[in-house]
Amino acid sequence: MLVFILRRLAQSAVVVVAMSVLVFAGIFAIGNPIDVLISPEADAFERAAAIARLGLDKPMHEQFLRFVDSALGGDLGTSFVHGVPALGLVLQRFPATLELALCAMLVAVVLGIPLGLWAGLKPDSLAGRVIMTGSILGFSLPTFWVGMMLIMAFAVTLGWLPAGGRGETASLFGVQWSFLTADGLAHLILPAVNLALFKLSLVIRLARAGTREVALQDYVKFARAKGLAPARVVGVHILKNIMIPVVTVLGLELGSVIAFSVVTESVFAWPGMGKLLIDSILQLDRPVVIAYLLVTVLLFVVINLIVDLVYSLLDPRIRLGGGRA
Amino acid sequence: MKHTLPAVAALALLAAAPTPSQAATLTVGTSAEPSALDPHYHNLGPNTRARKHVFESLVSMDAKMRLQPELAESWRAVDETTWEFKLRKGVKFHDGTEFTAQDFVYTVCRIPNVANSPSSFTVYTKGIAGIEAPDPHTLLIKTGKPYPLLPVELSTFGIISAKAAGGEAVTFDKAGCKAESWPTTQAFNDGSLMIGTGPFKHKSYTKGDRQILERNPDYWGPQPAWDTVVFRPITSDGPRVAALLAGDVDMIESPPVQDIERLKSAPNVSLAQAQSNRVIYLALGVQDTPPTITGTEGKNPLKDPKVRKALSLAVDRDAIVKRIMMGVAEPANQYLPAGFYGNNPEVTVATDANKAKQLLAEAGYPKGFQLTLGTPNDRYINDDKVAQAVAQMFTRIGVQTQVDATTANVFFSKRNKQEYSVFLAGWGADSGEMSSPLKALIATPIKEKGYGTTNYTSYSDPELDGMLDTALATVDDAKREKLLQAAVKRAVDADIIIPLHYEVTVWAMKKGLSYEPRADQYTLAQKVTPAK
Repeated sequence: MLVFILRRLAQSAVVVVAMSVLVFAGIFAIGNPIDVLISPEADAFERAAAIARLGLDKPMHEQFLRFVDSALGGDLGTSFVHGVPALGLVLQRFPATLELALCAMLVAVVLGIPLGLWAGLKPDSLAGRVIMTGSILGFSLPTFWVGMMLIMAFAVTLGWLPAGGRGETASLFGVQWSFLTADGLAHLILPAVNLALFKLSLVIRLARAGTREVALQDYVKFARAKGLAPARVVGVHILKNIMIPVVTVLGLELGSVIAFSVVTESVFAWPGMGKLLIDSILQLDRPVVIAYLLVTVLLFVVINLIVDLVYSLLDPRIRLGGGRA
Repeated sequence: MKHTLPAVAALALLAAAPTPSQAATLTVGTSAEPSALDPHYHNLGPNTRARKHVFESLVSMDAKMRLQPELAESWRAVDETTWEFKLRKGVKFHDGTEFTAQDFVYTVCRIPNVANSPSSFTVYTKGIAGIEAPDPHTLLIKTGKPYPLLPVELSTFGIISAKAAGGEAVTFDKAGCKAESWPTTQAFNDGSLMIGTGPFKHKSYTKGDRQILERNPDYWGPQPAWDTVVFRPITSDGPRVAALLAGDVDMIESPPVQDIERLKSAPNVSLAQAQSNRVIYLALGVQDTPPTITGTEGKNPLKDPKVRKALSLAVDRDAIVKRIMMGVAEPANQYLPAGFYGNNPEVTVATDANKAKQLLAEAGYPKGFQLTLGTPNDRYINDDKVAQAVAQMFTRIGVQTQVDATTANVFFSKRNKQEYSVFLAGWGADSGEMSSPLKALIATPIKEKGYGTTNYTSYSDPELDGMLDTALATVDDAKREKLLQAAVKRAVDADIIIPLHYEVTVWAMKKGLSYEPRADQYTLAQKVTPAK
C-alpha cells in the first residue's frame, strides 16, 4: 500500500510539472495583460513602470524560471489584478466551490441511486421509462440555459428562492460555509440542483445498468431462493455490487464538478473558484489562472488516489499496485 | 412574493428572516468588482465607484461632471502656477480624528508608493511640484507650469487618514516622500485602514461576494437614506437582471440593451439613464503599409483625406442608434456630448453615401478596396454588432469590409501593436472635458507630454498638438474652452477618429427608488433615494 501511494505521488509530481509548463506557455500566448489592466488615461511612463512592476518586460523563459523558483517555495506569484498572492486568492474561494460541488454530488447520489435502482428493477414500468427519459434531458440540456430557467421559474416568477449569490455564511473550522444558515441554504439549493443535473443523470444510468446486470446473477437468485426479504436483497446484495462503478465514476466526477462548476457559478453569481477563473481569464491575470489550474491538477490527483483506495475497500479482489507480484 | 405551497413558503420566510430593518438597506448588483478596496491601488472604474463611498477627494464631480466642492470648500488660482484650496472645517474621519491639510499631503505622498499597483494614480499627482500648508485648513499647491486641470485631477483620488497610517510627520518632496513604511493594499482589503471621511463606513468585504457599508452618523454633508448598503458583484448580464426581477437586489448597473424593453414593461421596475462621457469611434490608421487593407497595391488609401471623409460619410449614425443600440445611445458628431466642457456646437458630421462614392472615385478608388475592421466583442455595448453594421455601410459605398471581432483582451493587444488599419473602440473622458480625448486619441504620441497614449493610427498633426499645448497652459476657463473647441473642430475634420455614438448609461431599480443618472457611470448609494 505504501509503495503504491509513493509511486502515485511521484507520478503526480511529473504531471504537475508538465502541466505547469503547458499552462505557462498557453497563457503566455494570449494577449498582453498590460493592455487590459492599465487605465487608458495612463501615460507612457506610467505604462513602462507598470510593465516593469509586473515583470512583463522580461522574456518568457526568464519569467518562467522566476515562476518555478518561487513556486518551489510555495509561492505561485502575485495576482496582477488584485496584488495579493494568487494561491491565497484561489484557496480563499475553494470552500465555496467545494460546498457547491459536494451538495451537487449529494443530490446526485441521494436521488440518483434509488431512481436508478428502480429503473433497473422495473425497466418496463412507466416510472422506469419516465426516469430514463428524464436522465436523457439531464444529459442534453445546456447547464447555462437550465440555470437561467431555474432562476426564471423559482426566483423571478415564483419568488421562492434567491436568484444568486451565496447568502449568509457561518464559520466552521475557521472557514465560512453557507449550509449552516437558513439563508445560505436557500441560496445553495438552485445552484446545487443546476450543477447536479448532469451527474444525477449519470448516476441513474450507472445504477440502472448495474442493477440490471447484478439482478440476474446467481448469488442474487440464490439470496431470493433462500427466502431473504426483497428489501435485503436489493439493499445489500444488489446495492453493494452496483456501487463499485458508481464510486469510481463519482470520484472522478467530483474532480470535474469542482473544476468545471464555472458555468453554474457564473449564472448564479456564486463566489467560487470557477467564477474567479473566468474573471481572471478575462482580465489576463496570468498568475491566478496558473494557480487555479495547478490547484485543480493536484485536486484530481488526490481524488484519484482516494478513489483507488475506496475501490479496494469495496472489492477486496482488487489489489493495489502489484505489491505482491 | 407569491406563496402557493405552504412548505415552500416557510422556506422562503426562513430565507428572508435574518435581515431586520429591510427598509433602510440598499442592495446593489454591480457589473464589475473592484480589484481591491485600497483607494490608490488601481485606477479603474469599479475601484473608484467603491472608494467614493468611503474616501472623498478635495474636489468632486456632479452627475454632469462639473466640478463641485467636497473636502475643499473653495479653490482659486493665485497665480499661473499656484492654486489655493480652502479646506472644510469640522470634517471627521471614521475613527474620529479631524481632517486637515496633512491628510492631503500624506495621500499625495502615498500614491506613488503602492506596491504591485497595476495602474496607479501617479498620472494625476505628477503635476504637483510642491505643497504648502500655511494653516491646517489651507493648501497652496504649486505646479511646475501653468496647469488648469489640477482641480479636475484632484477629484480622481480619495484622501486617506495620515494619522491612521502613521504618516503625521511625512512631508511632501517632489523627488519622493520619506516614510518608514507605507500602508499595504492588504490593510485596506481587510478593513483595518478603511478610514475615510465619506458618508459610509466600511463594515465587511468578502471578495467575489459582497461589500457591506454602513451609514456614517458623523458625516459633514447630507445623511444618506440608507443605514446599510450592500454591493454584490453579478458580472453576467442575464443573472444581474434576474436578481433585480427576483427582488434579490434593489438596483443594478448597466442592464443589457436587449433586456431594457422588458424592464420598462415590468410593473415594479424603474429605469434611469443618462448620456455617458464615453464616445464610440472608428480609428483610421495612416501607416505607410496598411496591415488590413488589400486591393491597393500596398498603398494606404486612408492617407488620402478624401477617402477618410468618404468613410465618415458612409456611416449612418441614426440607423445604428435606432436599430442596434435600441435607442440606448445618441449619435455623436464629436468626442463629448453637448453640455460637456469643450463641446463645439459648430462641429457636425453628415451621412451621404452618394457623396462618399464620388469622393472615393475622385481619390482614385472608383472600385473601392478591401478592408478588415477590428473590434472587441465584449467591451462596449453591442460593439461587434455596431462593427458589422459599419462594415455593411462601408461595403455599400464600395469598400468591401470584413469584421474581425475578438474578445477584449485579444483585441486590445492586437490594436496596440497596430495590427488593424481600422478599428472600433471607445473613449470615456474621465476628466469630463475635451482635452482628454484629444490628448489621448489624436495628438501625436509624445511621451513627455503624455500625448497620444491611445493614438494607434500613426497620425500626427503638429498644428493640432500646438493648439492643445496652448489650451493646456491656459488657466482662464473661458479662454481654454474656446481653444479646445477650435481643436476639436480641427480633429473631427481630419476624419482620423470618426465619432459614432455616445453610450447611454442605464440603471434599473425597484419602483420607489430614484437615482440621478451620472455621466461618469458611477453607482453611488448616497445619491439613491426613496422617491417621495
